[in-house]
Amino acid sequence: MNTSIILLLLLVLAAFSYFFGRKRALAVSNGNRGVNKLHSLPGYYGNLVVVWCLLPSLIALMLWSFFSPTFISQNVISSLPAEIQNADPTKVNLFMNRVESMAKAGAIDPTTDPAQQEAARRYMELQANSNLIKAVLVFAIAGLGMFWAFRKIAPNYRARNQVEKVIVGIMIFCASIAIVTTLGIILSVLFESLRFFQTIPLTEFLFGTHWSPQTAIRTDQVGGSGSFGAIPLFAGTLLISVIALAIAVPVGLMSAIYLSEYASKRVRAWVKPGLEILAGIPTVVYGFFAALTVAPFIRTIGESIGLTVASESALAAGLVMGVMIIPFMSSLSDDVINAVPQAMRDGSYGMGATRSETIKQVILPAALPGIVGAFLLAASRAIGETMIVVMAAGLSANLTANPLEAVTTVTVQIVTLLTGDQEFDSPKTLAAFALGLTLFVLTLILNIFALRIVRKYREQYE
Amino acid sequence: MSNKTELVRASLAKRYAREKRFRFWGLASIVLSLAFLAILLTTIFMQGLPAFTQTYMKLEVDLSAEALGVDANAPQDKLRAASYETVVMNALTTRFPGVTERKQKIALKKLVSSSAAYDLQAMVMADPKLIGTKQTVWVMADDDIDTYFKGNIDRNQPEADRRIKDFQLTWLDDLEAKGEVERRFNVTFFTSGDSREPEQAGILSALMGSFYTMLVTLLLSFPIGVAAAIYLEEFAPKNNPFVDFIEVNINNLAAVPSIVFGLLGLAVFIQFFGVPRSTALVGGLVLTLMTLPTIIIASRAALKAVPPSIRQAAYGMGASRVQTVFHHTLPLAMPGILTGTIIGMAQALGETAPLLMIGMVAFIVDIPQGITDPAAILPVQIYLWSDSPERAFTEKTSAAIIVLLFFLVIMNLLAVLLRKRFERRW
Amino acid sequence: MNTVALTNDTMPLPTAKDVSAASSKDQPLDIQTIVEELKQASQPVGVPFLDDPKFYTRDVDVFYNQAKQAIFGVDLDIGKNEVIAMIGPSGCGKSTFLRCLNRMNDTIDGCKVTGQLLLDGEDIYGKDQDPVLLRARVGMVFQKPNPFPKSIYDNVAYGPRIHGLTTNRSELDDIVEDSLKKAGLFNEVKDRLQSPGTGLSGGQQQRLCIARAIAVSPEVILMDEPTSALDPIATATIEELIDELRQSFTICIVTHSMQQAARISQRTAYFHLGYLVEVNKTNTVFTNPQHRLTENYITGRFG
Repeated sequence: MNTSIILLLLLVLAAFSYFFGRKRALAVSNGNRGVNKLHSLPGYYGNLVVVWCLLPSLIALMLWSFFSPTFISQNVISSLPAEIQNADPTKVNLFMNRVESMAKAGAIDPTTDPAQQEAARRYMELQANSNLIKAVLVFAIAGLGMFWAFRKIAPNYRARNQVEKVIVGIMIFCASIAIVTTLGIILSVLFESLRFFQTIPLTEFLFGTHWSPQTAIRTDQVGGSGSFGAIPLFAGTLLISVIALAIAVPVGLMSAIYLSEYASKRVRAWVKPGLEILAGIPTVVYGFFAALTVAPFIRTIGESIGLTVASESALAAGLVMGVMIIPFMSSLSDDVINAVPQAMRDGSYGMGATRSETIKQVILPAALPGIVGAFLLAASRAIGETMIVVMAAGLSANLTANPLEAVTTVTVQIVTLLTGDQEFDSPKTLAAFALGLTLFVLTLILNIFALRIVRKYREQYE
Repeated sequence: MSNKTELVRASLAKRYAREKRFRFWGLASIVLSLAFLAILLTTIFMQGLPAFTQTYMKLEVDLSAEALGVDANAPQDKLRAASYETVVMNALTTRFPGVTERKQKIALKKLVSSSAAYDLQAMVMADPKLIGTKQTVWVMADDDIDTYFKGNIDRNQPEADRRIKDFQLTWLDDLEAKGEVERRFNVTFFTSGDSREPEQAGILSALMGSFYTMLVTLLLSFPIGVAAAIYLEEFAPKNNPFVDFIEVNINNLAAVPSIVFGLLGLAVFIQFFGVPRSTALVGGLVLTLMTLPTIIIASRAALKAVPPSIRQAAYGMGASRVQTVFHHTLPLAMPGILTGTIIGMAQALGETAPLLMIGMVAFIVDIPQGITDPAAILPVQIYLWSDSPERAFTEKTSAAIIVLLFFLVIMNLLAVLLRKRFERRW
Repeated sequence: MNTVALTNDTMPLPTAKDVSAASSKDQPLDIQTIVEELKQASQPVGVPFLDDPKFYTRDVDVFYNQAKQAIFGVDLDIGKNEVIAMIGPSGCGKSTFLRCLNRMNDTIDGCKVTGQLLLDGEDIYGKDQDPVLLRARVGMVFQKPNPFPKSIYDNVAYGPRIHGLTTNRSELDDIVEDSLKKAGLFNEVKDRLQSPGTGLSGGQQQRLCIARAIAVSPEVILMDEPTSALDPIATATIEELIDELRQSFTICIVTHSMQQAARISQRTAYFHLGYLVEVNKTNTVFTNPQHRLTENYITGRFG
């Protein structure tokens, strides 16, 4: 019996639980002249039985499904011939992978090693047993839960309060997923990074100026062990981000100013959705545009005035990324500028200031913290942006400040290192996690700082 | 007094000039952004629209038993293995007799797409009686030929720089003059999966992959997001460190680079929980985590907009907190929540980077049948095609982008309509 | 509204000069009839017109978004170096009228002003009138103290700087000191001129705003309920200040408090539903109102 059938049957059981729970509630209340003697509506008693039927059994199902494969493999390994058991752990793993794939396919390949065939047979047998026990266990728990809840139904039993407690519990669980996600991110990048730093020292990673992660696949291959100095990546990321921000910040800010202080309602009604479209275009589209249209264009222009421009220049990627960030910057600035109270503007206009004087000397200084926050969020966006740079910035880890040359970024390297078939624990893939950790920490600092500034700013005018 | 008036008057011209300049820069910024948008969309549409048509070529095929190597009574598997390629080649050599040179022969064979043989196969297997007859069929032209007829190969270039050589041009001119080539609506683009041959590549597998991924994302992120939002907005105690910590996390997750979620998916879902790689399931899980903050933040705003008087009225009637939320607050906030959800889903639909991490860059020809089949998704398909050198794939990439933008526009329109329809001012 | 007639006997009966005031004394106040009556009247009751006024306004109508008219045919003269108080229930158009006098209404989308408004004989809404110059001559103080998020010094120096009134620092220092002294704030803040203006107390902030307004030495200061956000002690300080400022400026003050109007103004104008109902010497308005609406308002029957 597989998991989906168990789930389906549990749902049927739940429907029955509701029906009988409700019926029983009505039955017990009848002796006391009707429903109004019940503490809660009859449906709540039904729901209570459903909760007792589903919640424990589902938890049991989840636990069993999660732990049984490990348990079965351990069992199979311990039954293996001693010489295999004592072999190198990677060999045991490989052996077990084959066994498991045979067992999963349900067909034992007669051409394989007999020990493997034997193990696969044992595996399948154990799995069948495990599935049977799982089904019995889950339904036993569901039945017990139902029975328990059914027994508790009485006119003065507070079913609604119980059901509501469960509902709120589920909500708390859902809200906590945010914490679990953050924790998951930290743990996943941290563990792999720590393994990386066991082979490559942290100082070499952070301060090395040479990046070439190609490690030898075979030991006899020439090409060394690869070098993991991330400075060129940081420099490349910085260069492209600076170009992007140099475009996005002034243009975004001025757009926001124009929209909130000058534009008529009609203009606003047309331009704002336009900027939102710009924000809604997927980054892969920007990347395609950067690589196929903007980069050749810049190259042609550059060459026409006698400059050598790489076909994947930092300028093209940065330019397009800047455009991508414009709507982000402008909508954040728009919020911030609108939060400046009208009284400030009135005060300035009442003195005889022109609009631009009011904006430059009153509104912008008043909105400065919010704008700084918006800037930091935009910077975090630029640093973490992936698709545009993957498609338009290239892979060569040059340490340069020339925007016409090709550079590579942290995100590009993460993608390159992790796409394609890789062993999970080679330094190359681990390096991607180390880069991920760097990226996460950097953006986390920027975000927390920015969010705090923006919140403080909002509170000031609330 | 009048001295002051004169002073002010003297500076006025300068001040108004400054005012004008400032205003100009604001306007220029907006024009710049919108101009970029216009250029981007025009370029993509100009490049992509031709991909919705495809060049077909007329072939007189002789389905003789000796060329095919089977007769009409052969069993199905024999029929399937018959040499349809020979038939196609024969048809081409009859059309252009006198081609003897090896290079030209290869070029001749490459006039039509390799799918021509499959078309014949399907035709014959559906009706074996066709064997022994002569038929006129329209088959897809090869991508280079297609590119030429779409005007993307300049025949005035030196021959060495061209993918279509002079002798091919004479063939093509002949075909065109006799009306044996035709541009038709490209059905293949919507009905097949990816292919190495540009003319046979389609987006159906990517569309289905995106569909299943979005399905998983929606089914997970909507209930979880709404539940979390309800808790935070309606139940959570104020100034509770745990609740504050949740809020900090949500706000921060909304700004974490998407690629980091890909790393999470790789390390946690694939490595730790053993969810199969490249599937809609794991893609959906990753996108759920990414979309959750958006949905939670939008839902909270929608719940907050419901005035407290409604809640008080319900409490006053003796409703419990949970009843108040589910009977009154939530239904009133639903349009706002749905709007936020649609916008979150639109973001997820266009997301690429994290999915590259979890193996969704595989070359997928088959159309996925469920959430555990290997799948590509539309943005990843775009990324893959944009990397291919053939000119024809550039066109396909733009066409796929148009399809993607089409869905995004639909989703956003839906969100706007929903907002307009149910907009309520308290 | 019906209770109006019942409490009538506790009030001193006014001498009935005006027909509309006398005849309808006992009628219940019904909005329709009031509006009809106000429409009929060609000019406000009392003494709206002066010789050689600072402001001369005739037939002023103000519309918000075409559909909504906020002010109906206001005729009023405002004299030089007088304090004129504008009173009336909320939403009666007194603030809107005030904001016409230095074209602050320009900053509101869809606001249209028609009629004749003259400052020293110059058309305020004329083609060659410059709002920037106008506002340098007619300053304004708002309901809520709104110091800029700058230092006290920069707040006061803001006007002279944008208008280019001074060329050197010591002149500017003098203007700032002088303005703060006139606003009665100098002694309280002279040691912390560089600290932010938002750090002052509410009353101090409002006096800072007054200092800011007088730093460009305007001819008129418009005050839109300047003390409504302040406590009684701060209010008293501001009222004293207004009395002193009368020497050098014309002051138009909108106020909700009738006591305040009575204390500080020479003339009082009573607005109702967008109409200017009655204008007269403050003393007369409060002791011997001629229109029954004015009387009902100052006796507290509605507000």
